[in-house]
Amino acid sequence: MKLPDKKGHFGVFGGKYVPETLMTALDELEREYAAAKKDKKFRKLLDYYLSDFAGRPSVLYYARRLTEKLKGPKIYLKREDLNHTGSHKINNTLGQGLLTLRMGKKRIIAETGAGQHGVATATVAALFGLECEVFMGEEDIKRQALNVFRMRLLGSKVTSVSSGSKTLKDAMNEAMRDWVTNVRSTHYCIGSVAGPHPFPMMVRDFQSVIGKETKRQILKLEGRLPDYLLACVGGGSNSMGLFYNFFNDKKVKFIGVEAAGRGLSTGLHAATLEKGEVGVLHGSKSYLLQDKAGQVKIAHSISAGLDYPGVGPEHAYFKSIGRAKYVSVTDDEALDAFQLLSETEGIIPALESSHAIAYLAKHARKHKKSDIVVVCLSGRGDKDVDMVSKALASRKR
Amino acid sequence: MNRIDKKFKELKKKKQKALIAFLTAGDFGLSTTKKLVLEFDRRGVDIIELGVPFSDPVADGPTIQASSERALKRGTKLKDIIKLVKDLRRSTCIPVILMGYYNPVLKYGLKKFVSDCAGNGVDGVIIPDLPPDEAEDLVAEAKKRDFATIFLLSPTSTPDRIRLVSKKSKGFIYYVSLTGITGARANLPKELASRVRLIKRYSDKPVCVGFGVSRPGQVREIAKMAEGVIVGSAIVKEIEKNSKRKDFIKLVGDYVQKLAEASHQ
Repeated sequence: MKLPDKKGHFGVFGGKYVPETLMTALDELEREYAAAKKDKKFRKLLDYYLSDFAGRPSVLYYARRLTEKLKGPKIYLKREDLNHTGSHKINNTLGQGLLTLRMGKKRIIAETGAGQHGVATATVAALFGLECEVFMGEEDIKRQALNVFRMRLLGSKVTSVSSGSKTLKDAMNEAMRDWVTNVRSTHYCIGSVAGPHPFPMMVRDFQSVIGKETKRQILKLEGRLPDYLLACVGGGSNSMGLFYNFFNDKKVKFIGVEAAGRGLSTGLHAATLEKGEVGVLHGSKSYLLQDKAGQVKIAHSISAGLDYPGVGPEHAYFKSIGRAKYVSVTDDEALDAFQLLSETEGIIPALESSHAIAYLAKHARKHKKSDIVVVCLSGRGDKDVDMVSKALASRKR
Repeated sequence: MNRIDKKFKELKKKKQKALIAFLTAGDFGLSTTKKLVLEFDRRGVDIIELGVPFSDPVADGPTIQASSERALKRGTKLKDIIKLVKDLRRSTCIPVILMGYYNPVLKYGLKKFVSDCAGNGVDGVIIPDLPPDEAEDLVAEAKKRDFATIFLLSPTSTPDRIRLVSKKSKGFIYYVSLTGITGARANLPKELASRVRLIKRYSDKPVCVGFGVSRPGQVREIAKMAEGVIVGSAIVKEIEKNSKRKDFIKLVGDYVQKLAEASHQ
């Protein structure tokens, strides 16, 4: 059976846990998305923007020097970092931007952690002439100054959120509050496979172009499917985008890499699937970092894009049926991988994507040489160089 | 008969409307909450809504967000709030409803939540991020214990949703007066009367209006069209403002009395 079901459930996960005010907007979005999906003109228009504006397809690149260095499997990088705006986020915002126009709404809002989704939304807003406001935690505004400036340059308003942990979770709270208030004129462009139905399904579909291309490309390059797909998981959109089209290819194993922050035992991490429990936050039922009383815990990761105590419901489902394995690497390991990829391949990865590289570096030797691994390089690291230089300096001390 | 149903029956006989007062449980301590509830009862409040604090209150404005944070800092937990109601039941029979987000309830365990609530004198629950579409299990448990499940309607609700919410609601229907989050507003929305009339076309359950209400004048106006008025943020603000005063409880009591008088005129 195709998931989610009619009510937006992936097994026991997903659903619509939102205030009544939003229910009608979600129904409208669901209808509009279903109609758009069947509409050839819409699909053609989206394809046009994906290719001519975002620069798709992104290349699948054989990382020869990294492969040699790690002495493990043959490594391919799906270069989402080469998309316009520097990450996979544009795949989704182009889709939702076109939907916003279709629904006749004039304003678009978004939450952002690392700023990649914020920049991708601001870009699409500029492209389509929409008013745009991006909510971002005060803490993230500090660590991602470059992206804040980019959003403002693109004509968007960036609103600092200083409640709670001052990061992605709180930015999402504030975006939902704005949406409840301005729902008649505004579309909330959720940036991950999270939130209430239909977002997890819709964002997955828009991101599934990653896996679709990868399949075609690897068959052409290798004549066979890969053994492993590897991607970082915060909310989980780049990983779901890569995994989804391989769901029925049972021999292709999925590995999602979460942020272990300062270490799983310290409690300062964002390993929701590994360490969390089932709960409801931001509109859907999934895994959640929470305390015994059901209060949401503050996540920690050096990477702002992974610094989130929840995760998309379809990942929770994949975990529950054993379709994907979820693991984690620490801040330090991600920093090492950030440098490793820069030095061996001349590619500076985003700190988020560095988590996937780090897991591979750690476990490469367990693989057969004949194994093929595709890693989703979800974004580029320009936004992180300041943060990384500080972290490396403090490590030397 | 559930205490809430009984209350509405009583009020109907007297041709009065209900004043429902919200306060965050544990704000300035649970012993303060207890004193305030008893004071509210003496001052003519008809139904108490006790807020269960949550880390991520997406439907709330700054006032209730801040009270939630204060209560959480004091370590207020759902089980302690239920215990407080049990304690209150020794001195008052005012209907008490819990209002809180879904995750703490889910974590507590749905079955245990309903049975502990019903067994300790809590009369019902309002969960703003749990629409009836996802509430089958809760409604089924609640039915067994004559426990009220109060669902919400909003200005964006379609007739289909009004029918669904009315069917699943027990006690009353909570009408959110505006598209937005909780918090005092200067004026009531223009469309309010017509929206309440629309709901009444599809439902014979009591309708209570909340969000944005802070003044006796607004309470009087709503009392003309609905069975009850809910005041939240304005009371929470009054509590916060007076918390350091010696006659704190009395001052907040003076304020809610004016609201109660307005709804009973």
